Amino acid sequence: MASIELKNIAHQYPSEDKSGPYALSSLNELWQDGGAYALLGPSGCGKTTLLNIISGLLQPSEGRVLFDGVDVTDLSPEKRNIAQVFQFPVVYDTLTVAENLAFPLKNRGMAKDKITERVAEILSMLGLSDRANEKAHSLTADDKQKISLGRGLVRTDVKAILFDEPLTVIDPHLKWQLRTELKKIHQQFRHTMIYVTHDQTEALTFADKVIVMYGGSVLQIGTPEELFETPAHTFVGQFIGSPGMNILKASVDGTVAIVDGIQLELPGNYRKIDDQVELGIRPEYISLSQTGGIQAETVSIDDVGKHIIVRCRLERQIVSVIVPEGTSIPDKPRLVFAQDKINIYQNAVLVRPAD
Amino acid sequence: MLELRSVSRRVEGEIFVDDVTLSLNRGSINILLGPTLAGKTSLMRLMAGLDKPDKGEILFDGESIVGVPVQKRNVAMVYQQFINYPNMTVFENIASPLRVAKLGSDEINKRVAQASDLLQLSPFLNRNPSELSGGQQQRVALARAIVKRAELVLLDEPLANLDYKLREELRSELPSLFAELGAVLVYATTEPGEALVLGGCTTCLHQGSVQQFGPTLDVFKNPVLLQSAKIFSDPPLNVAIFESREGICKIASEERALSFLRDKLPDGSYSLGVRPHHLSLAQTGSDDLVFEGGVSVTELSGSESFIHFDFQGQPWVALIHGIKNFKEADRVEFYVRSKNVFVFNSDGLAVEIEP
Repeated sequence: MASIELKNIAHQYPSEDKSGPYALSSLNELWQDGGAYALLGPSGCGKTTLLNIISGLLQPSEGRVLFDGVDVTDLSPEKRNIAQVFQFPVVYDTLTVAENLAFPLKNRGMAKDKITERVAEILSMLGLSDRANEKAHSLTADDKQKISLGRGLVRTDVKAILFDEPLTVIDPHLKWQLRTELKKIHQQFRHTMIYVTHDQTEALTFADKVIVMYGGSVLQIGTPEELFETPAHTFVGQFIGSPGMNILKASVDGTVAIVDGIQLELPGNYRKIDDQVELGIRPEYISLSQTGGIQAETVSIDDVGKHIIVRCRLERQIVSVIVPEGTSIPDKPRLVFAQDKINIYQNAVLVRPAD
Repeated sequence: MLELRSVSRRVEGEIFVDDVTLSLNRGSINILLGPTLAGKTSLMRLMAGLDKPDKGEILFDGESIVGVPVQKRNVAMVYQQFINYPNMTVFENIASPLRVAKLGSDEINKRVAQASDLLQLSPFLNRNPSELSGGQQQRVALARAIVKRAELVLLDEPLANLDYKLREELRSELPSLFAELGAVLVYATTEPGEALVLGGCTTCLHQGSVQQFGPTLDVFKNPVLLQSAKIFSDPPLNVAIFESREGICKIASEERALSFLRDKLPDGSYSLGVRPHHLSLAQTGSDDLVFEGGVSVTELSGSESFIHFDFQGQPWVALIHGIKNFKEADRVEFYVRSKNVFVFNSDGLAVEIEP
């Protein structure tokens, strides 16, 4: 396994317009050997472009890619010694399940008994041991995708394993099973893994570090907890979480913010901030109170089973609040914002308190 | 109203739809929930008139529609894949069913303007579909269903290929969009979370047959069958088999967890079902059940922890608020309020437990 370094990577897809938009703009990243990373963002954010640059399917128009300090920018995918798993299953229909898994090992000239041993390990990990000798064409789409995953994991000598939306077409229940298997495998073997997805739950639960991308740039790299608690950008706040972070127009002076004419105590001293100032707070960190808090008006109530999402109007702006299942919600609730969970944004970028 | 009475369909001896009886009303969304191959698409094809049932009746507003070809019926379908005419503008794509119906150009302009306003497509009417994002392309397909003023609108996993956040947005718009038109709206999905956000009524499907039908939240909170509880749980339902003998209930040798069932069940074999979000790390009531297990893996989503553990040989998962990072093999005790457990008999039928 290897560390992966990106030096001034930028990419522009060929077009007649040389001043056209960049699909990726000036990335400098160092990803640790043995880390589990997720690239998360909406379609068109550049995450697949970046993955293809790392795998060698795409030559970046600028910059270098290094594995363990060795420049691999000009190497083909085969020469980079990586494993890849794609969104749709890639299996040989005429081979058996076991033969499919053995294929990458045979290609590397591994000894027969070693292959048998390794294939058996992967089969049991994926719960496919009893189907080892069935032809792949008789399997369901879910099982075929399991084989694809298995082929990605079967070699232990690869520099990195790259996953491009591997669970998107999988049914929800199996998704849980496969995701936890991947997590276990990562904890056990510490492969360098890079996982592209638009699904926040997948990204956050899989990765040690999540790279949130938007418009060809990296907006934030952080642990799931950092992305949840202190999003570096309002886009990250809104993209992560369901519903996302409430972003409210505000004015800030020192330790006080004013939202819709309401004064809120802040967790620190921000001095005076100008330009476009916004206050961010997650729906999870607003609660209903009997006595104190801000007077609001209930706009809608959505009971989604495990909790209730209430949308409330302050004076003008709307906030989402998450309350536990079974809570009764008044027409005019009083809202309490958890003071230490408030973030302040200036022109969409997180501002830290001065002291 | 769309009614299916004892409808069955087999293909080459295999059961696709098994004795389905359903009444679907206008003005609210009707969800078909189940994993791949549960029969969702087969049912929709019968409703649309694309396939004929082997047995049973299908009635629309009291009149049989079996054998009436799809062209003669006012039906609109939207699929998972975005289907648009690539060489036509967005305007012409939306207008296409109206051109086929030979409507006047004033009426066409009016309807397209209305639908594109509703779906925020007005700025793109002169573009080609390929110049739109996936979400916008799918909205073109939805707009086509709207202008047609179809009486029956069938949406087959329409959001499955879209980004997570886009899905959130379209999901919140969809039910009201079609409800206002007074159509019978049917929506197929594999995802329990999607059904809960959409609301309306839900039909749980398993191997071509209806497990449960009713208001969405009611089906979620009060499953009448083990199978519908399983279909309607994400993360998956935690299940343990237990025995009742002479008033005492035991899971394997474990007696403590089920003391609240003492003298309440006749002798026999039962299943216990617990939703992951009902497990907690702290005791919340004096009648709590306790489940102890060894942790296999913990997934952190930033605000929640999914703790996977082994309970008496079964893989269980707990959804806990906050970040709780347990190590592999840690022994952990989880608590559940007794009112939050489901008990099913050996036929998979829910058993009412007297408090």
